[in-house]
Amino acid sequence: MATLHHRWRKIKSSIISALCLLCATIVIVPLAFVLFDLLKEGASSLDLSFFTQLPKPAGEVGGGMANAIIGSFTLLGLAALVGVPIGVLGGIYLSEFGQPQFNAVVRFAADILNGVPSIVWGIVVYAIAVVPMHGFSAYAGGMALGFMMVPLIIRTTEEMLGLVSNNYREAAFALGIPHWKIVLHIVLKTANKGILTGILLAVARIAGEAAPLMFTALGNAGWSHKLSEPISALPLQIFTYFKSPYADEKRQAWGASLVLVLLAISLNIGVRLIARTRAPHLTK
Amino acid sequence: MNAAAAKIKTSPPAEIILAPPVKTADGFFKFLTWLMAMLVLALVVLVGWTLYRGSRPALAKFGWSFFVHANWDPVTEDFGALPFIFGTFACSFLALIIALPLSLGTAVFLTELAPQRIRQTTITLIEMLAAIPSVVYGIWGAAVLIPWLMQGPYPFLKRTLPFLPFFQGPIYGVCILSASLVLAIMIVPIITSISREVLRSVPDSQREAAFALGATRWEVTKLAVLGYSVRGLFGAATLGLGRALGEAMAVTLLIGNVPQITKSLFAPGYTLASGIVMEFAEANPGMHVSALFELGLVLLLVTLTTNVLAYLLIGALGSRKPSAH
Repeated sequence: MATLHHRWRKIKSSIISALCLLCATIVIVPLAFVLFDLLKEGASSLDLSFFTQLPKPAGEVGGGMANAIIGSFTLLGLAALVGVPIGVLGGIYLSEFGQPQFNAVVRFAADILNGVPSIVWGIVVYAIAVVPMHGFSAYAGGMALGFMMVPLIIRTTEEMLGLVSNNYREAAFALGIPHWKIVLHIVLKTANKGILTGILLAVARIAGEAAPLMFTALGNAGWSHKLSEPISALPLQIFTYFKSPYADEKRQAWGASLVLVLLAISLNIGVRLIARTRAPHLTK
Repeated sequence: MNAAAAKIKTSPPAEIILAPPVKTADGFFKFLTWLMAMLVLALVVLVGWTLYRGSRPALAKFGWSFFVHANWDPVTEDFGALPFIFGTFACSFLALIIALPLSLGTAVFLTELAPQRIRQTTITLIEMLAAIPSVVYGIWGAAVLIPWLMQGPYPFLKRTLPFLPFFQGPIYGVCILSASLVLAIMIVPIITSISREVLRSVPDSQREAAFALGATRWEVTKLAVLGYSVRGLFGAATLGLGRALGEAMAVTLLIGNVPQITKSLFAPGYTLASGIVMEFAEANPGMHVSALFELGLVLLLVTLTTNVLAYLLIGALGSRKPSAH
């Protein structure tokens, strides 16, 4: 009787282990399908003209997404100009100067910002940038994406600076080096890989966002010559093309999706490589 | 050490050379970093205030009835948010019901069962799942998943469970259930990663004690690990819910965007986020735009409440170590 019960307990344990393995498998399956379908539907669209041509007028076959690709990188650059200074300098304040209570409030605010839905950023920046500037622009799009980067960068910067041993700061103070030089040249330099990781993760997170751009950058069928003009971006173009009735535009939406996913995945792998070679003296 | 000390002694008195410029430069630097930290606080206020300002006309006209009124008609400018609130919660909770068991099973597998190699590979794959953009999930769901669902699983559900109110009416493909399924795929990575962190924080002595009592692996997990971390796991689920509530692009492509409240999951619906995506560009300035801003305000409040609750449960609210959101 006792052995029977014991055997049942063991069997039960094995069954549940198997179920957990099954869960892990089910979770991975969609990834395989999405990647497979992206390659199947998208790979054939990635020819030279996809990367070098402008979109053709609706209904015509051919053309490419050169403007959306350049537009996406322009927007990411503008976003970094907004998000990186706020995030890194704010993180420096939290780590080097701030009082515990003030820091807790800023961290709380960053956590709240992190949870603001992307579409909400879209209409907020529409109201504060597009309306006063009387038009959709790359600036507005970059601002929306930049604000979205801030919480992640400020939190990783603070964490990474916190890992830098106090011995470095004390040694530098003892040498009479001004505080700002200590922070910029010694503390920041020691933690630079960790901070770069945070920035790249933030870029990877916003690279695929369409919602914050819909009412800010708007999209553009041609080249944008000025940053004060509407600008195209890959996620926007995917959304517009997929909803279009023309088969050729649907085909290009798949191609653009493949490019976007490859971009996101390579950014993630890049982050992993940087994190792996983190300076040994940083690991306390 | 000696050499450095000697160098300081031989150089001119430090304060004469360094003091004045150092003081101002230090002050300026500290002020600059403080300003950026304050900007984070200002952004929170800015988001809230901008949405409030945008929705003031709608707030004044509809008042509290906005939240219980089920009609949404841009032509007569009669706006009630109930279908959007209903759709948002229906989709998100359904997605959570689907995603939670899978995520918890995966988290237990990763922390308690998997050998190192398999664990690392699985974690990488799940991170890739999180890296796929929302709009890509949307077009994959609409072009691949929905046609497949309409061929087999949806008619099967309708045939085998005709007595349930959830599987009634014509099957259009775009519907609450389709949106929930894709949302579930999208929130699995975050729930899994937070749950994994929670389970990993259980001290090994707990497991060892249970093993020493002769418990099987499942009994150890159930008694020593899960029992220890119920609160944190609730937090992980809540964070996943918050992510689902605010999701815009994928849901827009999958839910059908019809402002109605139905019991059937096969019927199209609308969410707060997808409502803004679909209507904001074409809304005529005035009451329609204002009502959409109010949808944004409601969405902000809902996600904010959910996220704060989640952070409280995880114990990470304003804490020093950022959790992997």
